[in-house]
Amino acid sequence: MFQLLIGTDIPFMKFRRFAYLFSAVAVLLSIGWFFVKGPRYSVDFTGGTLIQIRTSQVVPADHLRKALEDEGIQAELQQMTGENQNEYLLRFRTDKDPVALVQAAVDKHLQGTTMELRRNETVGPKVGRDLRDKAAWAILASLGAILLYVGIRYEFKFALGGVAALFHDVVVTLGALMLTNREISLTVVAALLTIAGYSINDTIVVFDRIRERAKALRKEKHSRVMDLAVNETLSRTVITAFTVFLASLALFVWGGEVLRDFSFAMLVGVVFGTYSSVYVASAVALDIWIALDRRKGVAVE
Amino acid sequence: MTTRSDQLKLFGVLVVTALALVCLWPSYEYYTKTPAQRSAMEPAKLADLRKKAIKLGLDLQGGLQLLLEVDKSQLSAAEAKDAVERAREIINNRIDQFGVAEPLVQIEGQDRITVQLPGLTDRDRAIELIGKTARLDFKLVRTSEEARMLYQRLDSWLASRGIHSGADTSLARTPLTGLMIDEGFFREQDADAARKLLATAGLDSVIPSDTQLLWGDEREARAGMTGVSLYVLKQTPEMTGGSIASAQDQVGLDQTNPGAWGVTMKMTPKGRADFARVTGGNVGRQLAIVLDDIVQSAPFIRDRIPSGDASITGGNIDANKARDLAIVLRAGALPAPVIPLEERTVGPSLGSDSIQEGLTAGLIGTLMVVAFMAIYYQLSGLIAIAALVLNLLYLIAAMAYFHATLTLPGIAGIVLTVGMAVDTNVLIFERIREELRTGRSIHESVRLGYDRAFRTIFDAHSTTLISALFLFQFGTGPIKGFAVTLSIGLIANLFTAVVFTRMVYDFWLGRGKVERLSI
Repeated sequence: MFQLLIGTDIPFMKFRRFAYLFSAVAVLLSIGWFFVKGPRYSVDFTGGTLIQIRTSQVVPADHLRKALEDEGIQAELQQMTGENQNEYLLRFRTDKDPVALVQAAVDKHLQGTTMELRRNETVGPKVGRDLRDKAAWAILASLGAILLYVGIRYEFKFALGGVAALFHDVVVTLGALMLTNREISLTVVAALLTIAGYSINDTIVVFDRIRERAKALRKEKHSRVMDLAVNETLSRTVITAFTVFLASLALFVWGGEVLRDFSFAMLVGVVFGTYSSVYVASAVALDIWIALDRRKGVAVE
Repeated sequence: MTTRSDQLKLFGVLVVTALALVCLWPSYEYYTKTPAQRSAMEPAKLADLRKKAIKLGLDLQGGLQLLLEVDKSQLSAAEAKDAVERAREIINNRIDQFGVAEPLVQIEGQDRITVQLPGLTDRDRAIELIGKTARLDFKLVRTSEEARMLYQRLDSWLASRGIHSGADTSLARTPLTGLMIDEGFFREQDADAARKLLATAGLDSVIPSDTQLLWGDEREARAGMTGVSLYVLKQTPEMTGGSIASAQDQVGLDQTNPGAWGVTMKMTPKGRADFARVTGGNVGRQLAIVLDDIVQSAPFIRDRIPSGDASITGGNIDANKARDLAIVLRAGALPAPVIPLEERTVGPSLGSDSIQEGLTAGLIGTLMVVAFMAIYYQLSGLIAIAALVLNLLYLIAAMAYFHATLTLPGIAGIVLTVGMAVDTNVLIFERIREELRTGRSIHESVRLGYDRAFRTIFDAHSTTLISALFLFQFGTGPIKGFAVTLSIGLIANLFTAVVFTRMVYDFWLGRGKVERLSI
C-alpha cells in the first residue's frame, strides 16, 4: 500500500488563531482593494468592445496603435507573445461598427498587411449592467442556498463555518485575480461559482467526519474531536485537491488563451478551498461550538 | 459467488453503457467525416445526423451571436403588441434565404431577440442583412419650384441666425444653397456640413407640412461630378413595401451601365393597380424609391405604368448587395428598427484552435490524474480509472441525448469533472483503508467503506449541484454549457463511482479467497 499522510496527529486547531489572522488579512486586503481600486472587468460587465485580430505579418504594436488612432480609435492594445506575436487584443469603445473601423485602419495605414478577425465581443452598456447584476445575484444566491442546505443537513454552526469558508475562498481568489491584474469576465465568474461548489464539497467531507466523531467521543474536548476528524480525512483532502489541481493545471498550461484566467482562478481556488476546509470552516465551527457551550454553561473546552 | 443484486447491477451497467454508445454513435459518425464526405451525403440524412450529434457552441465552431432590441418607441400600442414576434419571424425568414445551416432566432425576455449563426464567415453582410429595417416607400418628389422655395426659406432662416459653415463670407447669406453645386446636389466633402445645418434645432418650423428632406444613397454622379443628392419629398408615401410581391437581384438593368447590379420588384395585384394610378396621375414628375429613409433613386414618370414593375439600381450596388437587398424586400420590413445590444463573433480559426487546445488540455489532465490513481491505489486505482472512463462516456452521451451544446467552458467543465470525479473513489478507498487498519476483514472493510462514505458523497454532491444550478440560471451561452456538463458529470459520477466500482469489487472478492486487497 502506497500511503501518504496516514496516522498523522497534527494539532490543527491549536494554531487556528494564526490562520484567522492570515485569512482576515487576505480577506480584508481583497475586499479593500475591491472597493478602493476595483478589479479589471471585461467587456461583459463594462460594455465596450474586445477584438482579437491576426495580421498577415507581425506589426509593431506602436504602428498598429498609430493606425488605429488615425481612425479615431483610442484602443488599449495588447500584443500576444510567443508564436502568436501577430495577434493583438484591442479594447475600446465606439458607437460605430468596431470591426469595420479596425479593418479600415489596417487597410488604410498598414498597406501590404491583411487582418483576420479572430474574435469580436461587443457588449452594450445596458447588457453589461444586466450581466453584472446577474453575476452578483448568482454568487449571493448560491451562497444562501448552500447555507440553507448545510443548515438543514447539519447544524447551524457547521453551516456558518462552511459558508464562511466559501466566502473566504471566493474573496481571496478574487483578490489573487486582482493582484495579477486579470480580467473578471463571465467565465471567471463561472470559475468563482465552481470554486464555491468545490470549497463546500471539501468542507462537507471534513464536517461529516466531525459529526461522526462527535457522537462517538462525547467526553473529548471539541478541539480534540476536530483535530481527529481533520487528521483522519487529511489524506483524502490532499489527494482530491491534488487531482483537481492537476486538471486545472493542464487547463492553465495547455487550454489556450481564452481559458487562462478561468483556470488561474481554479488553481488559486483549489489551494485556498483546501486550506479553508480546515482552517476557516472547521475553526469557525469550533469557535461557535465553544461559544454556544459557554452560553449553556457547559465548559468542555 | 455472485449475488442476484450483483447480476442485476452488471446488467444495469451493460445496458446503460450500450445506450450511451448508441447515443454517441451519430456524433462519432458526424465528426469523423471529412467535409467532402459530408457534402456527398444526402442533405436530409446529413441534417438528421447533425441533429443527433453533439452540437458545438459558437465559440468552438466559429460564428456570430447577436442580441437585438426591438425599438418599439415609435409604435402605437396595437402595433407594439406583436412587434417582437413579427420581427423574429422576418429575421428568421431573411436568414433562411441567406442560407446558414442551423440558425437560431429566438425571443429573449420582453423585447429582445437573440440570433445565432454558427459557422458563419461573412459577418458584415449578415449584420447588415439582419439589422436592416428595410422599410420601403414610394414617395413623390416635390417639384423644382417647390424645392427652390424651400431652400430659399431655409437659407434665410439660417442666415438670420448667423448659422453657416466655414469662414467663407459668401456662405453667410446662403448657408445651404451656397454649398450646392447643382440644385439639391452637394460635393461629397460638403455633404457633412449640409447635414449639420439641416440638423439645427428649430429648423423644422420652416419646412411646410407633409414635406420632408431626405438624402440620396451615397456617391452619385451628376454633371460630371460625384456627390450626394438631397431630395424634397412629399412625406406621405404613395405606396409602401407592402405592395411588393417578389424581388429579384439582376444584372444589366441600367442601360448606361450594363455591368451594374440591381433589384427588380413585382407587385401584388392591388399594388399594381395603385402603381398604375400613381404613375398615371403624376406623369412628368419624379417618384422616389426610399429604403430606410434613404432615397435609392428618383426616376421621372414618363407614362402610366400598368405592369407594376419597379427596380432599384445604384452606383454602389454589387452582386452581393443586390442579392441581400432582394432578400430583405422579399422577407418584408421589420415592424420597428432593431438596435444591436451585444455581438459575439468567433472566427473559424479561433474556434478550431480552441477545440485543439481544449482536447490537448483534457488529454494531458486526464493522463496525469489516471497515472496518479494507478500509482497510488494500484489495482483499486484501475477500478477507479475504469469508472472515470465510464463517467466521461456517460457524460458525453447524455449531452448528445439532451442536445446540449458543447462550449469551450464546457470542455473545461469536463476536464474539471475528471479531477473531481476521482474524489468519490478517493473517499471510498480511504474509508476502506481505514477499516482495514482497524483489523476488519476485506469483505467487511469494503462493505463498511462504501456504506460510510456514501452519506458524505451524497451531501458533497448535493451542495456542488446547488452551485451548478445557480450557474445555469445565471449563465449565457458558453457558461450554461459549463453548468450543464458539470451537473451531468456529477450525476453520472454517483452511478459510476458508487454502483459500478462496488460491483467490480463484489465480483473480484467473490471469486474465491483474496488474501490482500490491492488498494
